Amino acid sequence: MLSKRVIPCLDVRAGRLTKGIRFSGNEDIGDPVESARRYYEQGADEIVFYDITASAEARGIFLDVVERVAAQIFIPFCVGGGIGTVEDMRAVLLAGAEKISVNSAAVQNPRIIAEGADAFGSQAIVVGMDVLAVPAGENVPSGYEIVIHGGRKRMGLDAVAWARRCEELGAGELCVNSIDADGTKNGYELTLTRAIADAVSIPVIASGGAGEPRHMLEAVREGGASAALIASIVHYGEYSIRDCKEYMAAAGAKVRLTW
Amino acid sequence: MLAILDYKAGNQTSVRRALDHLEIPCAITADAAILESARGIIFPGVGAAGQAMRALRAAGLDTVLRRAVAAGQPLLGICLGCQILLEHSEENATPCLGVVPGICRRFEDDLRQEDGSPAPVPHMGWNSLRARASCRLLAGIEPAAEFYFVHSYYAQPDPAFVIATTRYGREFCSLYGRDGLWAAQFHPEKSGRPGLALLRNFYDYCLEARHAQ
Repeated sequence: MLSKRVIPCLDVRAGRLTKGIRFSGNEDIGDPVESARRYYEQGADEIVFYDITASAEARGIFLDVVERVAAQIFIPFCVGGGIGTVEDMRAVLLAGAEKISVNSAAVQNPRIIAEGADAFGSQAIVVGMDVLAVPAGENVPSGYEIVIHGGRKRMGLDAVAWARRCEELGAGELCVNSIDADGTKNGYELTLTRAIADAVSIPVIASGGAGEPRHMLEAVREGGASAALIASIVHYGEYSIRDCKEYMAAAGAKVRLTW
Repeated sequence: MLAILDYKAGNQTSVRRALDHLEIPCAITADAAILESARGIIFPGVGAAGQAMRALRAAGLDTVLRRAVAAGQPLLGICLGCQILLEHSEENATPCLGVVPGICRRFEDDLRQEDGSPAPVPHMGWNSLRARASCRLLAGIEPAAEFYFVHSYYAQPDPAFVIATTRYGREFCSLYGRDGLWAAQFHPEKSGRPGLALLRNFYDYCLEARHAQ
């Protein structure tokens, strides 16, 4: 049986690891390559790197980070941020990533999902979704709306319908980030996670809100997620990835404990 | 030196990064002379069987691989490489290399995992092995170790070759072979320390095999 995955997410700005409450404020909290290696050694099942600079000249610095990571960690990793074309995807895959995450660019141009899946296989294409809870309405019957540009722009697009569309277009996985829960440390938005997980048959990664290992257990149990994305819970050393996984295993979840 | 077979099929650079990290000398190559003189060959692969066999045949590498196996040169197939060492693949109904008896099948739809949850295809993520025969590739690796898989088809070799199986909706063969000719469905180059240990074990075998010649 597959293990539920624990995936630390590293936001990278100009070659440095950064973490504010995501989407606003930034604080340099270290070297991303060093952090990636530490999480690899602690038993991370995968790592996500997010380029939050996304300017042309910083792109080279970011790809250099990806290459250095690939030379030192031997688990799959995913790269997102600033990817809008098949050529952008190819550059990060050549630098050593296994997966690419597309977010705003996919909402604005859904064909990029199909083009990426055709070129590199569905297993390489993760669609990241930023989701805001709203009153249910005609365009957004689920009460969950897709937002882009770091949560600043509402798209009038229903998150559950968008998730199904991403699967049809060839996405291999969906990373579902709740704007409401993100940064709160009060737990994942489980109703949202469950609604998406029930709507598609591809793996769903829960994102936003992890503050303690119990939340990750909830994401895979109540939320039906295949993986839990985490950030500050491990960045500041409150918990190690092993702590999180041992908690989940003690509660009966299948996680990878030998590495 | 280990030769990593280059037929433009995906993950050869991640294999090279893992070998570089282990300080195992290696080269990514499609050159028959370099392949023949290597202590062992790693045959990686990502993609579809039909396209991979076409690429191998177009470069004459199918013949090189068959000759290597016939000569007892150590060979390790990975993922798609593992599948197309068999005689036939259901993927694109492809006749394959046939250096090990068996076929490659697609995972059935509607499979369920042990806890009743769906087992969608592809099988992607970390899963464990159940050893069915002793194998030096697994020497020193804890039985509970997990490996990283990404695949929609699975190998079904002659049962005499099965070394380990894995459960995902059904039990399937995840490692097979016999001395010097091995194939792993999972990606050792992406499976953390246990995967690196397997690659190291393969290289150690290659050094000894050469020594014994």
